[in-house]
Amino acid sequence: MTLTALLALLSHWRRKPGQLATLIIGLGLATALWTSVQAINAEARASYGEASAAMGAGRLTRLHAGEAGIPVEQWALLRRDGWAASPLIEGDLEVGGGVFGLTGIDPLSTRSEGGNLAPGDQIIGLEFLTQPGLLLVAPEDVESLTGTGLPPVLASANVTPGQILTDIAVAARLLGREGVIDAILIDDSARPGRTPLEQLVPTLEQSDGAAANDIAQLTGSFHLNLTAFGFLSFAVGLFIVYAAIGLAFEQRRASLRTLRALGTPVSSIVIALLIEALVLALIAGALGVVLGYLVASTLLPGVAATLRGLYGAAVSGELAIRPQWWLSGFAIAVFGALSATAVSIRQAAVLPLLAAAQPRAWAIASSRRYIQQAVFAFALLALAALIPVFFSGMLAGFAMLGGLFVGAALLLPPGLALVLNLAQRCMKGPVSEWFLADTRQQLPGLSLALMALMFALAANVGVGTMVSSFRLTFVGWLDQRLAAELYVSASDEAQSQELYAWLDARSDAVLPIWSANSTIAGQPGEVFGIVDHSTYRDHWPLLAAAPNAWDAVAAGEGVMINEQTWRRLNLSLGDPITLADTSALPLVAVYSDYGNPNAQAIIGLDPLVERYGERVANLRYGVRLPPEDVPALMRELEARFDLPEFGLIDQAGIKAFSLSIFDRTFTVTGALNVLTLSVAAFAMFASLVTLASMRLPQLAPVWAIGLSRGQLARLEMLRAGILALLTWLIAVPTGLVLAWALLAIVNVEAFGWRLPMHVFPGDWLRLLGLAVLAALIAALLPARSLVKRPPRDFLQVFAQER
Amino acid sequence: MLLRVEDLEKSYGHGPQSQSVLRGVSLELEAGESLAITGESGSGKSTLLHLIGLLDQPDAGAIRIAGEAVTALDDSGRARWRRERIGLVFQQFNLVPSLTVAGNLALQARLAKQHDPAWIQTLAERLGLTEYLQRYPEQLSGGQQQRVAVGRALAIRPVLLLADEPTGNLDEATSEDVLELMLELCRDADTALVMATHSTHAAGRLTRHAHLTRGQLT
Amino acid sequence: MPMFCLSLMLAVTAVLSPVHAQGFAGLGVEAEGFAVPERGTRFDFPEDHGAHPPYRIEWWYLTAVMEDAEGRVYGAQWTLFRSALAPHSGEGWETPQLWMGHAAVTTPQAHYSAERLARGGFGIAGADPHPFQAYIDEWSMRSAAERIAPDGDALDALDLTARGEDFAYDLALTAQGPLIFHGEDGFSVKSASGQASYYYSQPFYTLSGTLQLPDGPVSVSGEAWLDREYSSQPLSENQLGWDWVSFHLDSGEKLMGFQLRQSDGSVYTAASWITPQGEVTAYEDGDLTLTALETHEVAGRTIPTRWRVELAERDLDVEINAVNPQSWMETSVAYWEGPVIITGSHGGRGYLEMTGYGEE
Repeated sequence: MTLTALLALLSHWRRKPGQLATLIIGLGLATALWTSVQAINAEARASYGEASAAMGAGRLTRLHAGEAGIPVEQWALLRRDGWAASPLIEGDLEVGGGVFGLTGIDPLSTRSEGGNLAPGDQIIGLEFLTQPGLLLVAPEDVESLTGTGLPPVLASANVTPGQILTDIAVAARLLGREGVIDAILIDDSARPGRTPLEQLVPTLEQSDGAAANDIAQLTGSFHLNLTAFGFLSFAVGLFIVYAAIGLAFEQRRASLRTLRALGTPVSSIVIALLIEALVLALIAGALGVVLGYLVASTLLPGVAATLRGLYGAAVSGELAIRPQWWLSGFAIAVFGALSATAVSIRQAAVLPLLAAAQPRAWAIASSRRYIQQAVFAFALLALAALIPVFFSGMLAGFAMLGGLFVGAALLLPPGLALVLNLAQRCMKGPVSEWFLADTRQQLPGLSLALMALMFALAANVGVGTMVSSFRLTFVGWLDQRLAAELYVSASDEAQSQELYAWLDARSDAVLPIWSANSTIAGQPGEVFGIVDHSTYRDHWPLLAAAPNAWDAVAAGEGVMINEQTWRRLNLSLGDPITLADTSALPLVAVYSDYGNPNAQAIIGLDPLVERYGERVANLRYGVRLPPEDVPALMRELEARFDLPEFGLIDQAGIKAFSLSIFDRTFTVTGALNVLTLSVAAFAMFASLVTLASMRLPQLAPVWAIGLSRGQLARLEMLRAGILALLTWLIAVPTGLVLAWALLAIVNVEAFGWRLPMHVFPGDWLRLLGLAVLAALIAALLPARSLVKRPPRDFLQVFAQER
Repeated sequence: MLLRVEDLEKSYGHGPQSQSVLRGVSLELEAGESLAITGESGSGKSTLLHLIGLLDQPDAGAIRIAGEAVTALDDSGRARWRRERIGLVFQQFNLVPSLTVAGNLALQARLAKQHDPAWIQTLAERLGLTEYLQRYPEQLSGGQQQRVAVGRALAIRPVLLLADEPTGNLDEATSEDVLELMLELCRDADTALVMATHSTHAAGRLTRHAHLTRGQLT
Repeated sequence: MPMFCLSLMLAVTAVLSPVHAQGFAGLGVEAEGFAVPERGTRFDFPEDHGAHPPYRIEWWYLTAVMEDAEGRVYGAQWTLFRSALAPHSGEGWETPQLWMGHAAVTTPQAHYSAERLARGGFGIAGADPHPFQAYIDEWSMRSAAERIAPDGDALDALDLTARGEDFAYDLALTAQGPLIFHGEDGFSVKSASGQASYYYSQPFYTLSGTLQLPDGPVSVSGEAWLDREYSSQPLSENQLGWDWVSFHLDSGEKLMGFQLRQSDGSVYTAASWITPQGEVTAYEDGDLTLTALETHEVAGRTIPTRWRVELAERDLDVEINAVNPQSWMETSVAYWEGPVIITGSHGGRGYLEMTGYGEE
């Protein structure tokens, strides 16, 4: 019985393969976006997990000295004492215009005791240790590093894009280091040496490596962000599924009624519908998981770059197939199909045996429903508005966004109906009246697709505003923060002094940029010492400051910290801040410090030297001079001093570099945005195509009394464009609220800084153009087929039993 | 001569599947005349009417209405003709579901820029539709819907009213009613009527008769 | 960035194993540019106690069989391997000289092992002749000059120390006889096709010292045997692995013997019989026979832990039994190595080393 019912239901799809395709593609796309986000998250989490497993329970201690580096003998001393100590050489390598982070390791030092290798990872042979060496790079970097005169390159999934991992001998050669290394890693979980570190290497400074858990916590908010995006995409895709399944039900109403009339029990029909939904979900789910894998593989390198750029978390650029995400892809596909079918099943269960063909008193019934829907929507919006008043934190932010989005989506159809009503009153003329009435009648059929479009547009406006605001702020901040025209690093202390004297005579001002690694209010970070100079007073971006903050800092009576530390520790001006083991200073100001995951503080230069003594890295200077004199001074410096690589950087260089990192960071967001918009356009297309097949009875009478097919087709296009415009009108404010929530709530949680919001009406107009274009493209095919439609098709409407 | 139809031929489909529907049909009609075309299902009545109504194009032959060779017109020219000069009443689904009765009544006239509210008012009264003007087609009975269709078609005072089984879906009493109104209004508006019907009773009410058998007039 | 360090650790894990696999165990490779042992070469001590960078591989390999006050038997091993990627010393990071240390302590119940790796060039690992010391990290084998007669050899007295996660030892060794040379005055042929190594030993050590075990320190005394070997192509391609023994017989005589197992199922054997005075008789292929009598499941492999060893020319027909059948070295290149008890025509104690038994 059930089988018969199922076969009868399935026969519908044979007649409407296009509708079946729409349904499967829609559900597949929704699943794909969801799956890709899940896959990216799973990959990142797995990377953190592996990292944490590799470390065992312990932590890595990092030993370092100032910028001069550590004499290699110190490392030998540690090893001969029995410490599990591994040397590192780190630097930036300029290759064909790009800059790569180069890290040299000694593979023979990294393991303390035998027997705990992961044999699956045996990918590198002896070439790593033998001349000319081997550079391990992310797969996407292979091309740009091949044929550059560097040692051979090998792709490795374990290396982050933009990084090169190689043997320490190769690194020393490429970076020109002799007898000096940059850091020593000590594995605390392995055996200790016989002598305490403080005694054995007193000049080296220790800093704890961040535990993997901290990274997981830190990046948690970022992943929540991605997940929210995944949900959004899925919601957009779900609209397609709802629309397609609802349509299929409408069209099969007659079949269902016949089945019932023939004595098929309701339970059989319900089971048949469920089986059908499951089968569709599995097919679409498989499609979606494969698509999602492709999308995620494409996006993952960008995400890896973001995570590294923002948090220093290393995530592999290569995607592994993990059950977490493909199972979740299938689960969400089944959930989507079943929830969309639930409505049909409910209707099928109560379907009267003998109902009139299609008793739909459009206008009247809809008005009442629109009012109810609008009331509900406003209630949701009000609730969303209240959430930030009473709750704080990331979850509250997302709850608010959820309420906002659902509310705005629900408001869309009543809003559109209202606009059409008003227009009907103002516009006279038979064609426009008919057009508006007809548009209004089509609203229920199109509203799901329009909601999807609204979601996508609002997300676009919101995320776009967020990223652009961030960028604008960031650029402004760079201008303030990088006030000096030239930055110079000396290779040792003697040169540093010589450099200072030399520069002092040739510039407006030389500002030492000295720093020391230190804990700041218990957080690992860096303390900078500055001289009292108008450059800082005029330019430094302060978010909050006590009166005379600069005087206090200069006098050694105050400290400034960066915004993220301030927010993280919930500090107020005047709170005492402990710097390493030295006495506490009152907090006198907070400055913005984008892109830095760690704590940072500023005190006077003299207090810095007093407090940290030998540990101060005292080799860097900022130089103030007229910008046009920079190139000449740089040439002179290069000729006069043997500066270390990258010892000489002009302001423009840093800015360009910083912005390139920034832009890479938000590539993923942009990509997801475009994908969501495409899915929404597809939803619109699918709805229009299916509606087109049902709309002949509405068009035939108008055609018969004298509107040509061409006119009708143009009107169809016009309608799609107008609906897109109206949807955009609702999407823009929704998107702006979204942007506000992202900047003021989500960003603070995720990154630790709050950003001022800037609006970009030009972008909205561009988006309007895009939305209308998408709608027109979506409407083009149905409109074209309308023009081509033979008159006989129209005429059959008047003669045939429907 | 209001309407002259010469050697109309029409077939549907291609090649061996092709089905010849009209095979050389010719007829003439003077202004104010009414012609009933009878015939069995599939005899080509509707097709003939559609061709005369410029809804479709003949394969061969010519149609002249009020002296103009309308078969030579392009798609938009034919649409204009339909809009301005021809009234159409079909068996069903004549009306635009998204417009009210009033909207439907006035639609064609307004499209043709021949809107005459007084005449439409008259039509509504004579068709007994005044109390339903703000209703939607779905809320009307079949007979009421057909009356709206008749009113809509006559609102432009067409030279020619084409009715294809206008009472085919109605019961006997209602049919009689609608038919009577239609004939009456055509007379008053001096509109020629061509009606396709399988009902000999209905055909008997018209002045001239023609019978179609397998695509040819007899 | 600290997190990057983590990824380093991961990547390094990926790098490591094959280094060993090819550098220390992939011994079939023809030596490109490396020096090759030649028949009739005279040793020059103490220089030759130190490293020989022109040769591809080299080791300082000491095994000790000991007992505590209660008569419980212990074994200890200390090995420093040198593996050269190129036949020169090189400087700093560029040195092609790689070093690996293995240390182990075997008790009847447990086997502890440890491994260290380092590249040469920074004084972390090496073997110097003046004064003699072989070392890696805090492990070392040093000539104890204060216990050596003025005209004695640098290896006559040694201090030996090593440490792992759960064990450590400090041992003082004193030679009771002269250095002995295997094969033809130290030119030891390793296959029918002529592969050979320089190979000499000091088998006459007595020792005393302390083992640090998880249950506490144990004072021990016993005998030890030092092998020195260097070469550039020790195994021919068809050789799968070896079974090697060193015997301290109750009679004061010593025996070194080995068989190289070949892929066609045949073996190549060699042996040195050493009198208490240090006179050596070298035996050629076929004179010594080793017959496996009993196997154990060790680390997923089937490994013979009881052998019959026969050398007819010396009326030797003994059985050797592992003190601890699970004497498995959990090192990058894993192998079996542990003390054995000798019974039969002769009594005594010794060491057994077996390599090349594959995982099943």
